[in-house]
Amino acid sequence: MTITDRTITAPEETLALPAGPAIAHRPLGVFTRPQGSEGWRSWLFTVDHKRIGIMYGAAALFFFLVGGAEALFIRLQLATPNGSVIGAGTYNGVFTMHGVTMVFLVIMPMAAAFANYLLPLQVGARDVAFPRLNAFSFWCFLAGGMLLTSSILVGGWFQNAPDGGWFAYAPNTGLLFSPSKGIDFYAVGLQILGIASLVSAINLIVTVLNMRTPGMSFFRMPVLTWMLLITQFLLLFALPVITVALFLLMFDRLWDANFFNVEAGADPLLWQHLFWIFGHPEVYILILPAFGIVSEIIPTFSRKPLFGYHFMVASGIAIGFMGWGVWAHHMFTSGVGPLSVAAFSVSTMFIAVPTGVKILNWLATMYRGRLRFTTPMLYAVGVVSMFTIGGLSGVTHSIAPSDTQQTDTYYIVAHFHYVIFGGALLGLFGGFYYWWPKAFGYKLNEGWGKASFWVMLIGFNFTFGPMHILGLQGMSRRIATYRADEGFALWNMVATISSFVIALGVIMFFWNVYVSTRNWRRAGRPDVGPDPWDARGLEWMTASPVPEHNFDEDIEVDRLDHFWHRKYGKDENGRIVRAAPTSEIAHDGSNTNVHLPSPSYWPIVLGGGILLVGYGIIYNLWLAAAGLVFLVASIYGWILEPADDPDAGGHHDDHGDDHGDPDSNGGPSGNGELATADEPAETEEATVG
Amino acid sequence: MATVTPDSPDTAHAPDEHASGGRHAHPSNWLYVKVAIYLALLTAFEVFTYFETVHGWGDTAIIVMLIIMMLLKFFLVVAFFMHLKFDHPIFWRLFVFGLILAMAVYMVMLTAFRIW
Amino acid sequence: MAETMTAEAPGHTPEHHDGEHHTSTGLSNEKLAMWVFLGSECLLFGGLISTYMFNKGRIGPNDVGPEDVFDIPFTSVSSFVLLMSSLTMVFAVSSIARGDLRGNRIWLATTAALGATFVAGQVYEFTAFYSEGLGFTTNLFGSAFYALTGFHGAHVTIGIIMLMSLLVMSMRGNLGPERAETVEIIGLYWHFVDIVWIVIFTIVYLFPQ
Ligand code: HEM
Ligand SMILES: [Cu+2]
Repeated sequence: MTITDRTITAPEETLALPAGPAIAHRPLGVFTRPQGSEGWRSWLFTVDHKRIGIMYGAAALFFFLVGGAEALFIRLQLATPNGSVIGAGTYNGVFTMHGVTMVFLVIMPMAAAFANYLLPLQVGARDVAFPRLNAFSFWCFLAGGMLLTSSILVGGWFQNAPDGGWFAYAPNTGLLFSPSKGIDFYAVGLQILGIASLVSAINLIVTVLNMRTPGMSFFRMPVLTWMLLITQFLLLFALPVITVALFLLMFDRLWDANFFNVEAGADPLLWQHLFWIFGHPEVYILILPAFGIVSEIIPTFSRKPLFGYHFMVASGIAIGFMGWGVWAHHMFTSGVGPLSVAAFSVSTMFIAVPTGVKILNWLATMYRGRLRFTTPMLYAVGVVSMFTIGGLSGVTHSIAPSDTQQTDTYYIVAHFHYVIFGGALLGLFGGFYYWWPKAFGYKLNEGWGKASFWVMLIGFNFTFGPMHILGLQGMSRRIATYRADEGFALWNMVATISSFVIALGVIMFFWNVYVSTRNWRRAGRPDVGPDPWDARGLEWMTASPVPEHNFDEDIEVDRLDHFWHRKYGKDENGRIVRAAPTSEIAHDGSNTNVHLPSPSYWPIVLGGGILLVGYGIIYNLWLAAAGLVFLVASIYGWILEPADDPDAGGHHDDHGDDHGDPDSNGGPSGNGELATADEPAETEEATVG
Repeated sequence: MATVTPDSPDTAHAPDEHASGGRHAHPSNWLYVKVAIYLALLTAFEVFTYFETVHGWGDTAIIVMLIIMMLLKFFLVVAFFMHLKFDHPIFWRLFVFGLILAMAVYMVMLTAFRIW
Repeated sequence: MAETMTAEAPGHTPEHHDGEHHTSTGLSNEKLAMWVFLGSECLLFGGLISTYMFNKGRIGPNDVGPEDVFDIPFTSVSSFVLLMSSLTMVFAVSSIARGDLRGNRIWLATTAALGATFVAGQVYEFTAFYSEGLGFTTNLFGSAFYALTGFHGAHVTIGIIMLMSLLVMSMRGNLGPERAETVEIIGLYWHFVDIVWIVIFTIVYLFPQ
């Protein structure tokens, strides 16, 4: 985040050692690379950032159904006083898994879907910096998600589910208070998800820093690219903190260490600090991608450039910095001391400022724009309004004395659902509608889209709005029942009914996907064109769905919103007029001569190894050791894998000297950080237009 | 670190500066040896404070001295062995950002615990 | 070479074999990735060191504490060994950059050997502490000490494995001067592990208890 354009201007002044390839074809004669891009197998071995993005999205939607079902169980239990739908023990598991699933397996991977699909496209690259590592990130994420989710089933329904809440406060998570395997699943699962996110963060940061198309300087990058980049930096620096915390927890549970053992003199507040040093940046990790998406949608459907681009970027960076200095607002009542409370109270009030800047910029973008209320636009406007409500309740609990009343009540639950559901999730859904034609070649149905938006929005407000009231009435979160004489019954019933309205809205979304796909197929798969919304970013400058090689030729970017300015100019009266038809500017994806990285077996194999190690740590360390051996072997397989299958056809090899030619691959890294599919640049006949 | 040129006067350039593809010479081995000597001396000094507990100085003074020597060693390795003195400033910024962030958040945490 | 998928005019440009990087910054993806990763590692070790500082004093008056077990002369020697392995690592990088493959192998092997000496010293130290009554579960000091130094030891071990892999590659003829950067990148990791130890040695061992 400290990088300015200046830093990248002087490559001559660096120490650059040669990094040429050395490994010849098939070093051991057994490692070949998979081929082909058809059929289900090609998805397992793909290294294409677009397919990986789609798989992230699909997996996130699947986990969304799991987490949603859990939410409905919570609401059923709380519908009436003294509820008895699920017992108190199960209730703990259900709300914990709901939170963990929604945060780590839904919002984060959905954001990763957009990051993977769009980041390379928006900076005009052909793929991410390390395509194989990208695939590994996905499989590692899936391994972690499967491991966590399996905790619902193993040993009986919710018998071994994590039950300490998504923030898993010590010492509740010690063996004494939580003897089931639940917390182990939590610790190992999050650890695996952390590896996935860390690798992906490094990959995407390098991609944005290093793979931009000519002319794409930092301040010509779309705001979504910026927000995703800041998100990756937050991940990069926040994940190691929770990694430490989770290791301490695992050591306590596995090997009887004393980190949270109060009897041995430990102070369990250590967990709270470490968790929230990670946790508050994490909430910005959840929201910034949605901010970026909204910043793409609103200009398109207002037919105006984004108001205050530089302010947008700067406020995003400011949030990225300030997000590190507010964590103890989650601990106002933990006894951190008056000085800490005062300091963190003030810093929390300040962090609302850059957030407010963003809201104002979106409003100013819409102001006097030619608004088109398509489905994505509805979602974007929904984000702006709903997030504002959540931000405001956030400010009310930045005031420590008032937070003392609010903390651990449903008021907090209302706050974070307004920012996470009303902000992050609505934004991501808006993104689905917006980029769906780009990824799949057809739009989702607008009628169903709008209907499902309104159903979701109304259900959402009547589910979480009343929770403000319940919280202020004093209803505690995370308690399985309440008494009839406490006066909570009415609004709980309203919330429960409305939660099913949300569920209906979600079902309508899936129905929309089904109907739109079917209709498109029946209509003979008409082409939606490269730029169905008349948008601004580079991703709209190539065919839909995006061809495997992204762009037919490198794009030379000359300003922000390059594509828009190729399409539109101004006449002598300063009015905006068409300068050229999209068909003339956009690529049609016909260039077949671009050399792309070959698919690879190893990312998914490595993911499997990680799953093995994960279950091993929970159940049997011998299994973990076996998994580790397997993992190390796969890493060597990865390193020794040649860049291309020499027998694969598809492109002609015009390298004159085959000795030590770039047609081989892989840094010997031993730890996977460096091994890349660094394929050579290849020929293409088309000339830059 | 705005301008980075490997031109400190005592940096004898390797004779084969332009050999084998590297466009820019790495500092010479002799420079590395000198850095290593400084590192060794600093280490000796650090260990010395332990044995000859410089009586009368008090723990705080010793801790301050140790921290200074630790930082010197740290940045000697980073600047010379890891080449940050000669390399592209973006590396320096990325690394130092993580370093400062880590020190900041953890110092605040420890301060909140009042361990000092 | 790192900008791998950019379309390029037919035919070879000479830079291709020249260590030139076709990226926006002109820097190689791999090296940039390593530095990004090291930035992240700062927060990992920072967390562990803070955990240690927070917990080392939280022991009973009769518990085994730092001053009961530490053997400063021994640890000073092993710290020195690790420090010097950074020097040999630098030699490994500069020798391969010069095209001196034999020197490269010698220095890689020396570095790995020094690293292994350090790890062996750590194993010895752990067993000695254990026999003096300090186990991982004994008290908070024990847990925090072993967690921190163990994490560091694991990092050194991974580094040794990577160095050995480089050595094997070099002997099989797969590590010529054209891949000098690979050695440099592994070297960065190695030096980082070394500077972490510089901090640990001072804060854990040398600070007046
Ligand atoms: C306008 C900026 C914001 C402010 C001032 C703010 C403030 C706060 C405060 C003070 C708390 C602690 C309340 C308590 O537990 O007593 C809190 C909780 C929370 N906030 Fe925010 N917040 C803001 C934005 C966000 C955003 C953008 C997100 C996520 C996308 C978010 C997610 C959460 C979550 C998940 C919790 C509850 C954590 C838990 O206890 O489980 N907040 N917020
Ligand atoms: Cu917060």
